[in-house]
This record gives sequence, structure tokens and C-alpha cells, in this order.
Amino acid sequence: MIEALLKFEFLQNAFFSGLVIGVIAPMLGVFIVVRRMSLIADALSHVTLAGIAGSLYLSQTFTAFALLNPIYLGIVASVSGSILIERLRSLYKHYEELAIPIIMSGGIGLSAIFISLASGFNTDIMSYLFGSISAVSRHDLWVVLTIAIVVILFLYAFFKEMFVLSFDEEYAKASGLPAKWIHLLFMIVVALVIAASMRIVGILLVSSLITLPVAASMRIAKGFKQTIIYSILFGETAVIIGLVSAFYLDLQPGGTIVITSIFILLLVIFGKKIALKMKQKGSNLK
Amino acid sequence: MNQLYYQNVNRNDYELERSDRMSETIIEMKNVSFQYEYTQVLNNISFKVEKGDFLAILGPNGSGKSTLLKILLGLLKPLAGEISLFGQPSDTFRQREWIGYVSQKSNAFNSGFPATVEEVVKSGLTKKSGLFKRLPNDAKQQVQQALMAVGMEQFSTANIGQLSGGQQQRVFIARALIAKPKVLVLDEPTVGIDHENVQSFYDMLASLNKEQNITIILVTHDVDTVSNRVSHVACLNQTIHFHGYKQEFDSISQEQLDKWQGHAVRKIH
Repeated sequence: MIEALLKFEFLQNAFFSGLVIGVIAPMLGVFIVVRRMSLIADALSHVTLAGIAGSLYLSQTFTAFALLNPIYLGIVASVSGSILIERLRSLYKHYEELAIPIIMSGGIGLSAIFISLASGFNTDIMSYLFGSISAVSRHDLWVVLTIAIVVILFLYAFFKEMFVLSFDEEYAKASGLPAKWIHLLFMIVVALVIAASMRIVGILLVSSLITLPVAASMRIAKGFKQTIIYSILFGETAVIIGLVSAFYLDLQPGGTIVITSIFILLLVIFGKKIALKMKQKGSNLK
Repeated sequence: MNQLYYQNVNRNDYELERSDRMSETIIEMKNVSFQYEYTQVLNNISFKVEKGDFLAILGPNGSGKSTLLKILLGLLKPLAGEISLFGQPSDTFRQREWIGYVSQKSNAFNSGFPATVEEVVKSGLTKKSGLFKRLPNDAKQQVQQALMAVGMEQFSTANIGQLSGGQQQRVFIARALIAKPKVLVLDEPTVGIDHENVQSFYDMLASLNKEQNITIILVTHDVDTVSNRVSHVACLNQTIHFHGYKQEFDSISQEQLDKWQGHAVRKIH
């Protein structure tokens, strides 16, 4: 694999993009999960698909768009989706979760229309749905890196505010923090991460890389910072094992990464149970 | 209305004690009204809180207590009336860190949140440190001090979700204290605390009030929990029926109190 990695540019692109996403998706994922917004990530990934499908359709129909990387329209769709979700959530104050099916079905509906309008990019769309090792271009890698820098800058600047906002929103507002603005920025950053991740794990599985490592991490972490560290560790492990096995077994990386994440999650859940039992036995013997 | 009650009790002692301190109005509401859609919640509320007061706002469920606190904290805008905080109009008041808020425990946070007590208390420094700034280097010591003030110093590495309701409430007070507030505002702080621990909880608040000279405002629906530790009591049910010293409150007849509260309440001394 290392030999191949040195030899083939496409492998480098996929591998490095994967490594970067393995850090940023779970890192942001911790905030998404504790704020109970996991489903919003799912809705946004489907909106991203509408952008991708739209871009593929445009590039097929109009030569002017032929060279446009679909990731850009995907980003535009995802960011607009995140802002729309916020508008809807404030419109339906008592039914905030309604925003999710509205945006999600809207995204899938648009995608279906674009896909059927341009009947002919079936293999391409598969790589967007489930991820791909061979389809990641050098250009994609640069986009992923840029988004990673934005995410890290955001968290570097607003880490303490994001903690307060996630822990207790009312307290954040009462203490005079610009909660609304920080939340909006956060939603945009989430949209960016989803657009960045979809190249590797695929649109249908983006939210798994955001939530599964966090789900495992929360079982064993003692505090918030530890939760973030373990999440990144689990996310990165899943990406590496997933990409290597996808390469050798010729599988879609989205599938292998997600199944590895689930395996890690189960390992943590049962590992903790066994550790607790051992501890109990140990104290009984005393 | 207040004058009426100011006259009939032997309040000279308290008046004296009070004039020892520099009298300074911290919070003032003038003719404040509020309504949610078509329901009037607060009607023409006027009152003052002076520095060093320990005020319990008493009112039945639905009397507008929480709304009053939210207006005070700037979370809601009143329909009419004026609010001034530390002599400044509420709209332009920027030193929100001077007001430490402890919300009702039950709806404040998700108890599965993965954070240690230390992380939670430290987050109380967020607004004070300012945007784009790091927390101070001695944040850890400040956390210990704040936890010590509420008697929770041995729990700093515990997970917040594993603590009892009363312990969590103390941690949230520490989170407010770490920013060195001048006023502490608590929404139903004794809900979820065992009956035996309520007294020691009030003792702790009283020592914060006396020793650190922090003004305290708390809201409760339960007359039982208005301890002798408070200096002032206000009775709220859409409008303020009474506002005065605790000792004056004690002299109010049961009948009168029931009328204000809109239902029978017990008064235990």
C-alpha cells in the first residue's frame, strides 16, 4: 500500500483527504451530537447531493460548466441548506425538528429531478453517494484542506463560546454572548465539513463519520476535551482501516469506514461492560 | 403599596443595618408590563433592588416569575416600562457578566453532557474573558476557589451528570461566582434538592450575601422554601402585591397571602 501510495497521485489524494476529514468531522461532530443536531447533519448531506447532481447536470448540458468541480455547487447547496434550516427552526419554534424532514426531502427531491434530467452519470453519482478512492482529485484535496483550515480557525476562535452554547443555551444568552451569530457560523462550518467529507465517505454516510466516533467516545471519556480527543482518535482509526481495506478489497470506502466505526463503537460498549464487571468482581473479592 | 407595609412593623433595626452600607440601587424596574400573545403576564411592575439585598420573589406557578427574571436578564423585551441595571438602561447595558444567572436545574442542560465539573465552572469565565481571547492562566485556581465557596471542591474531576440535583445546583452557582458577579439571580434554586439540604443551601447563599457582599435575587413558588435567611420578600402574581423586609412579610396574615397567591399556601416559620 505504501508503495502504491507513493506511486499513484489518486491514492495520495484519497488518503490525505481521508486523514484530514478523520480529524475535522468527529471534532465538529462532538458539538453536533451534544447539541442534539445529528439529524441536521443528515439533512444537510442530502441537500449537498442536490448541489452535486445539479452541477453534474449543468456540466453535461452546458459546456461552460463542464470544468466546474461539483464540490463547489455542493458547498453552495449545503451552506444554503444550513441557513434555511435555521430559518425554518425559528419559524416552527415548537416543532424545531420539522425543519429536518422538510430540508431533507427537498434535497432528495431536487437530486432526483437533476439525476433524471441528465440520465447518464450513474457511475459518477455512485461515487458521490458512497465515496470513492479513485475519484478524489488533487483539486478536491485542496478544497478539503481549505475547509479544514476554516474549521480549525473557527474552533480556535470560538471554542469556549461553543462550549457554553452547547452546554446551556439559555445561560449563554443570559451572559450576553452573541449566541445567535456564533450558532449561525457554526451551522455554516457544519455545512462545509459535510461537503468536504462526502468525497471520501459519500453523501449517504457523511453523518456517520460525524456521529459514530463521538458515540463511542462519550462512553469512555471523562470530560469534554477528552471526548473530543477520543472522537478524533476513533474517527482517524476508522478512516485509515476503512481506506486500506477498501483499497485491498476493492470496496467503496464509505462502506468500509462506516462498518469500521460501528465495530469500534461495539468494541467500546462491550469493552466498558467487561471492564465494569471485572471491577465489580475485584471489589467483591476484597 | 410598599409604604403601607413599611409602617406597621418594627423595622428600625433593619433600617439601621441598611443605612450602614452605602445604599446603591442595582436593579430598578418602572411600570414594566409583558404579555405573551394575548395573555397578560406582568402588569405594571415597579421595584428596586439595592446592593446587598437578599430578595426572594414569591409567586405561584404562572405568576410571571420566570418572565420577570428573563426580562431582567435581557432575554425578553418588555412590552412597556423601563429597566435600569447599575444605573444604565437595560438596552445599553453591556456588563452582563456582573449578573450571575443560575437557571432552573430541570430544563437547563442535558444531563448526559460529557463534561467535568471543572470544565463547567470554567465556562463561567467565557463572557468575562471576551471574544477571541483565551481564558486567564489562573483559571484552574479560580475554579477551585469558586467550588470552595459552594463546598464542592472535592468534585472538580467528577462528571456533571453523575452529581445529585443539589450538587449540580451548587456547581452552577460556582459557574456564576467565578465571573465575580455583583448580583446572583436564581430561578427556583431549591427544586430538586432534598428537604434536609435546603437549609444548608440557604446558609451557603447567606454567606455569599454577607461575606462577599453579593446581592441575591431568587424566585420560588413555594412559601416553605423562603428561609429566614433572606432579607426581603416580594409577592408576585402578575403584579407585585408586596415588597418589603422578611420580618414584615412574616407579619402578613395567612388570609392575605392566600388571596395574592390565588390558592391556599402554607406558611411555616
